Amino acid sequence: MEFTEEQLKRYSRHIILPEVGGKGQKKIFEAKVLIVGAGGLGCPVGYFLAAAGVGTLALVDNDIVELSNLQRQIAHSTKTIGMNKAESAKKTFETLNPDVNVIPVKERVNCRNILDILNGYDIIVDGTDNFPTRYLINDACVMLKKPLVSGAILRFEGQVTTIVPNEGPCYRCLFEEPPPPGLVPSCQEAGVLGVLPGIIGGLQATEVLKLILGKGKPLIGELLIYNALETNFRKVKIPKNPDCNICGKNPKITELKEYTEEYCGI
Amino acid sequence: MSGFKVDKNLDIRGVVCPYTLVKSKLAVEDVEVGQVVEILLDYPEAVTSIPKAMENYGNKVLKVEKISSTEWKILIRKEVED
Repeated sequence: MEFTEEQLKRYSRHIILPEVGGKGQKKIFEAKVLIVGAGGLGCPVGYFLAAAGVGTLALVDNDIVELSNLQRQIAHSTKTIGMNKAESAKKTFETLNPDVNVIPVKERVNCRNILDILNGYDIIVDGTDNFPTRYLINDACVMLKKPLVSGAILRFEGQVTTIVPNEGPCYRCLFEEPPPPGLVPSCQEAGVLGVLPGIIGGLQATEVLKLILGKGKPLIGELLIYNALETNFRKVKIPKNPDCNICGKNPKITELKEYTEEYCGI
Repeated sequence: MSGFKVDKNLDIRGVVCPYTLVKSKLAVEDVEVGQVVEILLDYPEAVTSIPKAMENYGNKVLKVEKISSTEWKILIRKEVED
């Protein structure tokens, strides 16, 4: 494909980067990225990926926009309260960049639909807020061998890691099983600084672009932890667990199962 | 220009920064390592900024020549894969 004059202007700061260039920008156009959750993390991830020109961007969310979301979920607005979040974000992203095909998937992922939902996408982003879904996405991505950029936030702290099946560890290598319900408080119970998902989501979007471009060192085998109060970033090595239940030599999990809804209470 | 075989010509007269560089970068991406791109331009600032940027990319600036009171030609040889 040839760039239009408008695209040359829109992506000029990318094209002049040696690591991107016209070739890299074309890879970005051709990429198909799916974001699970159009909330705190999904909004900034999608926003920056739309700005970057990711050609196909799917957003999976069946929630509606509420006033209490707007302190951090920057793709939504007072005008879209009551609208499905994936639809609301689609409006925002397509206004920002009409080059991008935004596909709203108005569903909640579960063990029955997740493989179909992820099918056809190159890179998956986890922007969910609960452990059962986080583990389900991890397991599905390992099974489908799809790269996954995982992010999580609470209060003033967030974390990011990039999971590339067969190359590095998965989420279960780090934490074998989800924590028991109630152990880890939710943002609803514990709060979250509104800007925090912007930082963690920005890091996730960066990881996605690096994977698309094949440049730099993605956060494979490492968990990056950001503390906003202390203003520090820590990197923790994650060893691959050879006995991991999903990505180990003899995986015990061979089909996806539903985690109980009580987990979702977190 | 004498001495160099030109593999690709780029006329960016009338184009201003940063699009002078954007178009020059894309033209260099289009050729193979070892090939030469000749850029014809009339935006004065780009006469110094393009050679500098091309060297930063790792390419070789073969020549910068003023060909009229308002026009220049720059010859770039691609030295590195993108």
